[in-house]
Amino acid sequence: MFGKFKLNCDEATTICNKNQYGEATIWEKMRLMVHFIHCKVCSLYTRQNNFLTTLYKGYSHQCKNIKHTLDQTQKEDLKSKLRNYKA
Amino acid sequence: MAQNTPLLQTDKWVDNYADYLYNYAITRVNNNEVAKDLVQETFFAGIKSADNFKGKSSERTWLISILKRKIIDYYRKINSKKGQAEVRMNFYNDGDQEGTWIEERIPQPWSESANHNIENDELRAQLEECIDGLPEKYGIVFRMKTIQEFETEEICNELDITSSNLWVMIHRARTQLRKCMEDNWFNS
Repeated sequence: MFGKFKLNCDEATTICNKNQYGEATIWEKMRLMVHFIHCKVCSLYTRQNNFLTTLYKGYSHQCKNIKHTLDQTQKEDLKSKLRNYKA
Repeated sequence: MAQNTPLLQTDKWVDNYADYLYNYAITRVNNNEVAKDLVQETFFAGIKSADNFKGKSSERTWLISILKRKIIDYYRKINSKKGQAEVRMNFYNDGDQEGTWIEERIPQPWSESANHNIENDELRAQLEECIDGLPEKYGIVFRMKTIQEFETEEICNELDITSSNLWVMIHRARTQLRKCMEDNWFNS
C-alpha cells in the first residue's frame, strides 16, 4: 500500500500539470502533497507552474478574442479551385 | 463527380462558410497553411459526397462534421510520423533512477527582476515562441486545452485520443514550456 502511494518526480509533475486544470483526483492530490514533503524540486516546479497557468490564462483571453479569417485573394483562389474541382 | 444537388449551394460555400471553417481549423492546428488546406479539403470532400447530404442538419453543421474528420486525419498523420527524430526533450532519468529529475534540467529559482505581466508584448512574444517550439502533436493538444480551453472529453473526441494520452502530452508540453520560459525569459 505504501509503495503504491509514493510517486517519483515524473509522476508528481504529471499530477501537478493535470491539477492546473482542476482535473486531478483527491487521491492524486494527496499523493502529491506527500511527495512535496521530501521533494523541494517538485514544490518549486509547482509554484512556477501555478504562475505559468496565470500567464497562459491571460494569453488565452487575448487569443480567444481574435477571429481568424481568410483574405479576399485566398477566397477567390479557393472559389476557382472549387469550380475546377466540380468541372 | 456529383452534381450540385438542390439542397446544397456549393457556389456560395466560400462566401458563407470559409471563414467559419478556417477559424475552427486554426484554433485547433494553429498553422495558416494547414488550416487553409483543411478548409479546401473539406469543401472538396463535401462536393464529392454531396449526395449523402440529406438536409437533416444545416450545411454548416454538415461541413463542420467533415472538417472534424479531416482534423483527426491530420492529427493521426503527424502523430504517426515514424523515423522522424522526435525533438522532445527528456526531463527524467530512466533505469535505476527512473522518474527522478535529470540533473541539468532541474527547475531553478526565477529571477525576481523578470517582467511577469502578460500585457507585456515581449513576454507574450516569448511565450508564443516557446509554444511554437513544442513538437507539433503536443502543441496542438496544449493549445486546445490551455489556450482554447476545451473540455478534456471534447479534445479526446476531436483528436481520437484517450484521456491518459492527453495528460501525458500536456505534461510533456508544460514541462518543456517551463524550461523554455526559464531559459529565455525568467533567467535569461
